[in-house]
Amino acid sequence: MNRPSLPWKLYIAAFYLFLFAPLLVVAIFAFNASPFPSPPWKGFTLDWFIGSGGTFGKPGVLIDPIWLDTIANSFKVAVPVALLAVVVGTVNAWVLERAEFPGKTFLSMMMLWPLVIPGVVLGISILAFFSRLANGMEEWLQTDLDFLRPGLPLVVLGQLSFILTISTLIIAARLRKFDRSLEEAAFDLGASRARVLRTVTLPFLSPALIGAGLVALLMSFENFNTTLMLVGSEPPLPITMYGQMREGATPAINAVSLLLMLGVGGVASIFALTAKAER
Amino acid sequence: MTISGASMTQSTDLDLVNVTKRFGSHAAVDDVSFSVAPGEFFSILGPSGCGKTTLMRMIAGFENPTSGDIRIRGTSMIGVPANKRPVNMVFQSLALFPMMSVGENVAYGLSCRGVSRAEAGERASRMLERVGLKGFGERRVTALSGGQRQRVAIARCLVLEPTLVLLDEPLGALDLKLREHMKIELKQLQATFNTTFAYITHDQSEALVMSDRIAVMNQGRFEQVGSPRELYHHPATPFVASFVGETNRWQGEAAAAPQGGVSVRLPSGTVIHGQGRAADKASLAFVRPEAIALAQDPSALGGLPNRFEGRVSAVLFDGANSSLLIETAGFGEPVRAVLPQAGPLAGIQVGAPIHVGWTADAMKVFAT
Amino acid sequence: MSRKPGIRFTLFLLLAPAVLWLGLLIVLPHVEILVLSFSERVAPRVYAFGFGNYLEFFTEPLYWRTFARTAIMSILVTALTLVLAFPIALYIARVAQGRVKAMLLLLCLLPFWVSELVRTLGWMMLLRETGVVSYLLQATGLTEQRIEFLYNDGAVILGLVYGGLLFMIVPLANALESLEPAVVEAGFDLGGSRWTVLRRIVVPHAMPGIVAGSIIVFMLTVGNFATPVLLGGKNGLWFTEQIYAQFITRFNWPQGAAFGMLLLLLSSAIVWAGLRLTGQSLGTTLKQA
Repeated sequence: MNRPSLPWKLYIAAFYLFLFAPLLVVAIFAFNASPFPSPPWKGFTLDWFIGSGGTFGKPGVLIDPIWLDTIANSFKVAVPVALLAVVVGTVNAWVLERAEFPGKTFLSMMMLWPLVIPGVVLGISILAFFSRLANGMEEWLQTDLDFLRPGLPLVVLGQLSFILTISTLIIAARLRKFDRSLEEAAFDLGASRARVLRTVTLPFLSPALIGAGLVALLMSFENFNTTLMLVGSEPPLPITMYGQMREGATPAINAVSLLLMLGVGGVASIFALTAKAER
Repeated sequence: MTISGASMTQSTDLDLVNVTKRFGSHAAVDDVSFSVAPGEFFSILGPSGCGKTTLMRMIAGFENPTSGDIRIRGTSMIGVPANKRPVNMVFQSLALFPMMSVGENVAYGLSCRGVSRAEAGERASRMLERVGLKGFGERRVTALSGGQRQRVAIARCLVLEPTLVLLDEPLGALDLKLREHMKIELKQLQATFNTTFAYITHDQSEALVMSDRIAVMNQGRFEQVGSPRELYHHPATPFVASFVGETNRWQGEAAAAPQGGVSVRLPSGTVIHGQGRAADKASLAFVRPEAIALAQDPSALGGLPNRFEGRVSAVLFDGANSSLLIETAGFGEPVRAVLPQAGPLAGIQVGAPIHVGWTADAMKVFAT
Repeated sequence: MSRKPGIRFTLFLLLAPAVLWLGLLIVLPHVEILVLSFSERVAPRVYAFGFGNYLEFFTEPLYWRTFARTAIMSILVTALTLVLAFPIALYIARVAQGRVKAMLLLLCLLPFWVSELVRTLGWMMLLRETGVVSYLLQATGLTEQRIEFLYNDGAVILGLVYGGLLFMIVPLANALESLEPAVVEAGFDLGGSRWTVLRRIVVPHAMPGIVAGSIIVFMLTVGNFATPVLLGGKNGLWFTEQIYAQFITRFNWPQGAAFGMLLLLLSSAIVWAGLRLTGQSLGTTLKQA
């Protein structure tokens, strides 16, 4: 069992080729000087990143307001999602690990539940519920509450519905490893409750807080299924990409994908570094 | 004059008055009272689950007593939270803050008191120097050895100049060799700083070596409070006799005794003579192994009220702590005696016949 | 005892975010689509209780066929993913050592940190008629003409398996990791062949990982939207697409809600059955992943 046979090794090699082939193709064709994201290779260009649109009729990703707006939209969603995921996740983790109250087992089961619900169903249920809420409010208050209608605020809520489970699990796992006598020791040495939290507990949790924030950021950036149901007139990145892919896109979409890969790679390496520091 | 007079006459650092702690119907600490004098090394010795940790946590302020009073230098601590008490604790796990350097750990309590960062750092490094960790301030606590971590934990308390330092089995996690070393070091530290230490442990050797006075605790109550010698030589209860130090223990019934003494009749009918409380029911007799005289010739034991003939059944060689197990007629279990390191008996082998004997004073008898 | 109300108030504050989250974003929205799915339009803007939306599902062949197709293909995809991932997980867990092991696992993780749409874009560029594979086949003279690999079931399955691999490999590798090498050696020592040892010792030991991975892959597959739509085109026919169509295109929310409930039911039923069959709990299964 410990000496792998040749076919097995070949299979492993083929597997990793299979794994990276699509990503490599996407990356390579971001630099193809052709109006179509397909072979043959017509030479190297950076036009799909920074071109003014003179050559291919469409500007590069970093110039094109369509792409810049959609990236901005993604940040408008991802940043609040990540911040809320960390804050609420910390409170939830505290409830799971520290508080004692009847129905705690039920609550912790409920917190896992969103992971079992298909993203599309999460999306439509939140859409339907908040539309009813908006209609009710409209009749009652005689004003239209825009944030309850499809749009970025609703996308934030939709993504939070399941990202909160993930951030809660990450932070609770770290909190479980915390030695409570550290808090007692700080308290014994004269620290106030608030100071204990600030100087001992939160610094201990910080790798998990950063990790949960980054994971939330990534998941928000990439979420498609739930977002699709809740999006209004300001599409985040995956929605714009989806639209372009259905209609037949230019290599600009490769360029934006490559940027996304680099961004994700950057965030993932920060994540890996904090995970190492945790150990 | 009256106010300062009260504190002038106060000659104790810590007083517990009828302290009881109940968890539900179970009394973890049951009506315990004691006082600790300034500069004293006071130990609470007991098996795990005897309530000593609860007792210590009440003194530190992590638990509230159900009834009774805890006073530090005469001031009641009831209702005073842990962070406001002049008491600091060395935790069993040490609880050094892993996210801070050694210096920050020691300066932590000072900065909580509002001491400026510069002064706290200065005082912390002076304290580290005094515990023999000069120049360690910048290190991470995870980079220290077990003994060094120990000293940081104590320095972290001592820098606050507390009235009382509580130590919750801080040597428990160390290996045997280091533990032996730390016992001496702790005792020396306490002597240098002249701070009152309250130490809890289940290890009788730690308590005997370091303490000025020891309280032996069992099932929430104090069995006896006294100096290590008193506990060892004059145990007040059978629990203390068997928990503190090695001992032979026999069960029997009280029998008619010669003048002043007590006699115990073992189940085999053998009668042994000792000192203690007479009772006409079941009794326990204790004899220390080092109190048992050994001889190859019975005439050497002449005059001892307890003399028996036996056979060596095992030689437990352990250097200076070596002992013999002697199968003796009339005794259910072998008699344990210290093996002399010199003289004719030093080389004795299993199976050799031998005579054992002890004085009536060496045998403590308790009614059960 | 004066502290009691204070403690209760703190607990209340701590519980509030969780209750708001689960109540407003999970429970009430699901109650809403449940209610919605049982409402029928009897006149413009007038709705009444009824089973019409569910009846519609059973009477319109396109709907229930798409549903059945989604379920069957998801099971197929899960099984394929398991078979493909097992040798990889076994290699990572039991053969690779030290840095190589960490590297292999990291390389597995990397593509999945990237958006699903980027990965799908890659497959589209590889498989379509003007794509890389077709171009290479023609350029090397293996085929005369360009071939369309996209817009068929094969492409959909390929894309879905690719998307599920990581979620299978990680729990599998975790489960295989804990198998004592001595147990495997004993299996060989007692005369087992490679196949017997695999079947009788390795696979049973990996069962918790197999269940966890399969459940996660199934859930992700059944709820997928972009992969079948983009790689399958008109032939994709995935049930999530029907939900989207009812909600967004036709604006028939009650019908879409009924479809949503059916999808939730399907996904929950398979997860439940998987857990029941293997005697595992959801909590421990999710922890495996």
